Parts: sequence; C-alpha cells; structure tokens
Amino acid sequence: MNVLQVRDLVKRHGRKESLVRAVDGVDLDVPAGQMLAVMGPSGCGKSTLLHLMGGLERPTGGQVWLAGERIDTVGERALARLRRRSVGFVFQSFHLVEELTAAENVELPVLLAGGSPRAARRRAQYLLDQVGLDHRARHLPWKLSGGERQRVAVARALANEPLVVLADEPTGNLDTAATNEVLRLFAELRAMGQTLVLVTHDGRVAATADRLISMRDGAFVEDTWLAGHTGHTGRFDGLFAMGD
Amino acid sequence: MQDAILAMLAKEPSHGYDLGLRLRRALGPLGGSMNAGQVYVTLARLEKAGLVVHERSEESPARPDRKVYALTEAGHERVTAWLGEVNRPKPDLVEFHLKLAAASASRLADPVELVDTQRRELLRRLAEAQRAVLAEPEGSTGGLLLEGIALRLQADLRWLEACERVWSRAGQESGDA
Repeated sequence: MNVLQVRDLVKRHGRKESLVRAVDGVDLDVPAGQMLAVMGPSGCGKSTLLHLMGGLERPTGGQVWLAGERIDTVGERALARLRRRSVGFVFQSFHLVEELTAAENVELPVLLAGGSPRAARRRAQYLLDQVGLDHRARHLPWKLSGGERQRVAVARALANEPLVVLADEPTGNLDTAATNEVLRLFAELRAMGQTLVLVTHDGRVAATADRLISMRDGAFVEDTWLAGHTGHTGRFDGLFAMGD
Repeated sequence: MQDAILAMLAKEPSHGYDLGLRLRRALGPLGGSMNAGQVYVTLARLEKAGLVVHERSEESPARPDRKVYALTEAGHERVTAWLGEVNRPKPDLVEFHLKLAAASASRLADPVELVDTQRRELLRRLAEAQRAVLAEPEGSTGGLLLEGIALRLQADLRWLEACERVWSRAGQESGDA
C-alpha cells in the first residue's frame, strides 16, 4: 500500500519574470515502510515538495494522497487534523518549544490531538525511552546537545503514531557524532516499519535510505534503489577515495 | 596524463606545444606544476604504442616543434573507453577533472553524464560505509576508520555537485552560442 501518492505536483512562486517553478510536475509513490531520501542542491525544490506532501503548503496544481485520502483539496481544519494525526515532522532547527521540558514537548502533540494527559505522559515516557533519552525527560531543550534535541524532535514526531515521518535536513545543524546518533535512530525506525521521507543535501544521510531520488530544478532526475541493509561486503573501496 | 592527451587529440590533431598549453589551461592554477617535457615524453610513448602518429607540418617551419600528432584508430578506441569507464577503485581527482574537460572539448561524452555516473558509484560506496558506521556501537573506536571513509566520500560527493553545477552551465552556454 502506498502511504503517499503524488501526481503531477506543481508549485510555483511569483509571477512573470520572477516566476519560480519550485516543484515542476512530480509523480511519486511511497509504499508503507519505505525509507526514501530526496537529495539535491539547495533551491532544487526538495523542501517545498516535503511541505506539499505534509500539507504545510498547498500545491499550484496536481494531487497529494495520504493513505488513500486526497489532502490538497480538503479544508483548513481537516488538513490541520490530518497533519496532527498522520504526519510527523522533523526540521533542521528542531523547532522544540524552549519553555517546555523534553517530555512536555513530546506530550504536546498527543494533547493537541485530544489525548488525555495520562496517555500523553505514557506515550512521552515510552518514546523518550525509545530514543535513549529517558534520563533527559525533565530537561529544557537548551540543556540538551544538538543530537539530543533532534532525538526529542523525532520522539515528538512519533507522538501520534504517524503514517509517515517527513524530515527536512534533519542533520543540517548537527556535527558528525550527532548526525550518527540521528541516523541510528532513523535506522531503528525503519527496522520497525516506519515510513520515512527525508530531504537532504548530505550524502551520508541519503546513503542510509532504501531509495534515493535526485532532484534538480523542481523535477526528479534520478530514482535509484540503494543496496539493502543486509550488511556490507567488507571491502570498502572507499578507503581509496579520490585524492590518494 | 596519457588518456587526457589522447582525448585532446580526439578534438583535432595538434602540436605538442599546443597540447601542453591546453593541458595547463585545463588544470588551471595547478597547471604550473606540470613539466613542459612531460607532454613530449608522453607523446613518444603513445606513438610507440600505436595510439598516435605524427606528420611534419609545413606551415610553420620556423617553429622548433613541427610534428603534428593525430589519433590512430586504436587511439580513438582507447579515448572512448576511458571516457566511459567509472573511476574505481581509486579515482584520481586530477584525472577525473581532465576527463571532464576533455569530454567537453572533444564532445565525445557529456561531462554532466560522467559526473552522474561517478556520483552513483560514490553513493553506492558511501551507503556501504555509512551503514557499517551505524552498525558499530556508539562511541567505539572500531567505527572511526569507517567514519573517516564515509566523510571522505561525502567530500567527494560535494565536489561532484560543484562539477555538475559548473559543467552544466558551461554546456548551456556553448549550446546557446
């Protein structure tokens, strides 16, 4: 089953001379359980595509289907409800509420979706444990490292058991070690069957996906399957990379 | 070096002197480190191998170097093979750069396509290395070497992005002209 379906999707900004085709006729199917990376230089339209798929922006043309339901034509309130319940967002700059603790940040989406405080607390406890931060539950975001903050943000994205997690440059503000923390977490989510779409310009992030789409000037130029997660050959010809 | 010279001859027969100039231009600031005699030594080797032949040029008798080199059939085949092969397992930055320049000048291959092919290969290797990094326990020293490999491949990929940007612009400009 496809969690996400996109048909002839178009998003334009501006008019006449300043017209920008941010997304220019894109078709895409994302089956359940797939980890998909969309890669391309800045300005290629990949973030806009992610926003359109998550209902954060409305397309100029085309269709977006989320679990068989068309979301580009629904009203604002229905769209907001869909976003809350079915989509989890992860952003480059974390977007945590600075005044709330890690646990409260994760509880928030459950409460907003109508869950009881008790259910929210339980869910947050479970998820923070999952991302390895149960010992940080009562910390405010500024007391956490970048990698920890992003892990809290991932826990928050998972709060309402979304159909899909959409991540926009999730490691863009992280150093190498923190990048690995977050990528490990994504690998675990993937192993649990969570559908994930991430846009990135970092080859290391893209390389951990099942499938990699390259985007240029609002369109897909390549769609490749990366090797399965079944281990490696142990040869690592990358050891002798360029410049030796 | 051999392949780059062959690829330049694919565009048109040239004097050794002109080949040296074109190589230096393609290498940019790094061209200064090239030894002028290298071109002639390489040409002599290529001729021995039957990949190029020379003729004496009559038009400029005053010049010390009057040999005009041209590709043989075998030389042509070798250029085509070189442009088409993916650089592995030990791609060389300078060689790849010259390959793109030569592909563009000779119009035997599209530099942007060569970049794409190379990127696919690097991504495949990066996927392998990065997954192995993630398979190591967090904070272990065992993963450090793998991480170094992954980071270097990442740097190579970023350079390919720059290659793509510049060569696709160059392609557009020459297409418009």
